[in-house]
Amino acid sequence: MNEETSRVALKPTAGQTVGPFFGYALPYEGGPEVVPPYRADAVLLHGVVYDGAGAGIPDALLEIWQADASGRISKEPGSFNRDARTFTGFGRAATDAVGHYQFSTVVPGPVTEGGAPFIAVTIFARGLLDNLYTRIYLPENEDANARDPLLASLSDAERATLIAVRDEDGNLRHDIHLQGEKETVFLEFRR
Amino acid sequence: MPQTPVSSDSAQDSQDTITREINQLHADYAERRAAGAPAEDEVALDFAPYRSSILRHPTKDPRHVDPELIELTSPAFGHTDVGPIESDLTISERGEALGERMILEGRLLDADGRPVSGQLIEVWQANAAGRYIHKRDQHPAPLDPNFTGTGRCITDSEGRYRFITIKPGPYPWKNHMNAWRPAHIHFSVFGNAFTQRLVTQMYFPGDPLFPLDPIYNSIVDQDARDRLVAEYDHELSSPEWALGYRWNIVLNGSKSTWFEAEGDEA
Repeated sequence: MNEETSRVALKPTAGQTVGPFFGYALPYEGGPEVVPPYRADAVLLHGVVYDGAGAGIPDALLEIWQADASGRISKEPGSFNRDARTFTGFGRAATDAVGHYQFSTVVPGPVTEGGAPFIAVTIFARGLLDNLYTRIYLPENEDANARDPLLASLSDAERATLIAVRDEDGNLRHDIHLQGEKETVFLEFRR
Repeated sequence: MPQTPVSSDSAQDSQDTITREINQLHADYAERRAAGAPAEDEVALDFAPYRSSILRHPTKDPRHVDPELIELTSPAFGHTDVGPIESDLTISERGEALGERMILEGRLLDADGRPVSGQLIEVWQANAAGRYIHKRDQHPAPLDPNFTGTGRCITDSEGRYRFITIKPGPYPWKNHMNAWRPAHIHFSVFGNAFTQRLVTQMYFPGDPLFPLDPIYNSIVDQDARDRLVAEYDHELSSPEWALGYRWNIVLNGSKSTWFEAEGDEA
């Protein structure tokens, strides 16, 4: 490649797997805490990332990106050195030995009026050659979810893979299946 | 193709078996091209010679959607997150890292050739002996106490990045018997939109392990593979100090280019 780069259509750089050894490079202290867990409006978002044999994936990495509770999208830096005040909207969490991940965050508000709020998610793992994109919608937004173009286009079973459930403690529970019967709906974005 | 292996991590297969499978998948692609199919610029998710991918690739086609506003924006990182010395992987409190010192420079661009400025690049890599500091790496090669193999930087106004590091060694892995990865540096990159998030690997020119490696070859298009290979740049080499390599990264097109081009910072 060279420097002849202005205003020409360039071919994209292809992805490659994050591999097995990202654990000392990408996860960081405070990464899973989009907001501090002690905050009154903090919610625990957690689940398991499964492979096609139904085993939890111990070397996956999730990133989430979302609006705040009022639907505002942050432009603030500071995700690496969190100051407990600034909402940056970004979180990163590696799965543990059984494939479980968890974030502390807030329930996002609608970015556009009447829109169904969701948490944007991308997933990396050893064995996964490129990152996958999906969304986590909220179970309480039944009306907005019913109007959402993506959710409306899916079968009941597919739709269920994109909507978190409230567990008995009020946490948001959301499992991700890379493959298999319960395979999560993954997204490709129109350009 | 031979029967699908059941275990995703068994190291039972020979290099010949893996190479034969790779060559078959590349021949299948050549046939598709000859029949008029478009170039496949992206990596294949389903690439059985990389055994760990067998149970970890989606089997259904992704759902095509119009990105929403949150997906057309990106997390912001800045100098509050990343200090300037984090782009030099060769220095530590105790001394200098061992190995072939290199300067790695390039630009982060979008598909229209526009620089992606002020965004985060993270790198990680093996040391000169082909050993990662990660506790799961069991390769009996020496660790270098002065080399952690991780770095970060924020791209400048022209989308430029620059790392000082050590050329990583090839390292053995358990995909199959006598499996060796070509030397590579892992890159993690943010664009102007969440939809442009990229994790990839940069390789070195002329690596003899290229034809044998199922991860590199999971990109079935030769031109697309070539785009992951840095260029040796003698102009960038620094006399009696370090060799220069240059590698540009191009993120996929995104509607965010429209969004950002409208230019308000609100």
